[in-house]
Amino acid sequence: MAVDQLSRVFAALADPTRRDMVARLAVADATVNELAEPFAMSLQAVSKHLRVLEDAGLVSRSREAQRRPAHLEAEVLDMMTAWIERYRRQAEERFSRLDTLLAELPDDVDPLPPRPVADGEGARP
Amino acid sequence: MKTSTHETEIIVDTEVPMVRIIRTFDAPPNKVFRAHTDPELLARWQGPRGTEMRVERYDCRTGGSYRYLHTPCDEVAGEGFEAWFHGSFHEVRPSELIVQTFTFEGFPDHVALEKLVFEDLGDGRTRLVATSLVDSFADRDAFVASGMEHGVREGYERLDELISAGAL
Repeated sequence: MAVDQLSRVFAALADPTRRDMVARLAVADATVNELAEPFAMSLQAVSKHLRVLEDAGLVSRSREAQRRPAHLEAEVLDMMTAWIERYRRQAEERFSRLDTLLAELPDDVDPLPPRPVADGEGARP
Repeated sequence: MKTSTHETEIIVDTEVPMVRIIRTFDAPPNKVFRAHTDPELLARWQGPRGTEMRVERYDCRTGGSYRYLHTPCDEVAGEGFEAWFHGSFHEVRPSELIVQTFTFEGFPDHVALEKLVFEDLGDGRTRLVATSLVDSFADRDAFVASGMEHGVREGYERLDELISAGAL
């Protein structure tokens, strides 16, 4: 998944209505009419949200069936989770090195290192 | 969105372009704080695996600044490149808080605002909450993606090892 697609997925999910629609589609495919039911919203507005989800690759719509039900592309969500997981693993790698280092530090260590002596400062009386 | 399998928790927000990392350490705040402010200690843990960190300056106090270099030091990371980073310390309160900016010099116009909160859990442990905020979702996602690209360079073998060892 390219960075721009990841951005589109995140942007698509930034809207609470679209998140609700994704949650609804995770249960089963649904038509625009079915998706509109729980919202006080025009069918046009629902179609617009659906198009954002489609552009992000999160939702596909059948071309053949007359009802054109929307279908959640769950693997796109999975890919995003994999990206985040890799980022998390990289952070975990750093932190396990930090764990090792912390075990070596004395418990009463000063929270700040000693101030470096600036040039010439030491020469002053 | 949240993923949490081990101890490190990552929150990639959908409302604002930020990433939050939460991790608990078996050490009191003064030790965790020192590891974030002492350049010699920082160099031992902060860079990605296979890179060496060289600190040009690290003046961790309110109004101070830092600049450091990540340079590849093994054959895997050797295919990578040198990367300079710099930023300013906006607010530093010993054992409690660091607010700083962060810029990768390859993209000098892009800046992240980072807030590190060191929470004393009272039993010799510290919870670190590190939040990075950038000014667009595209920047934030590139941030997360850079972790991905680095991971790809390392190869998937290590991940496979972990999975087959039952660590995941």
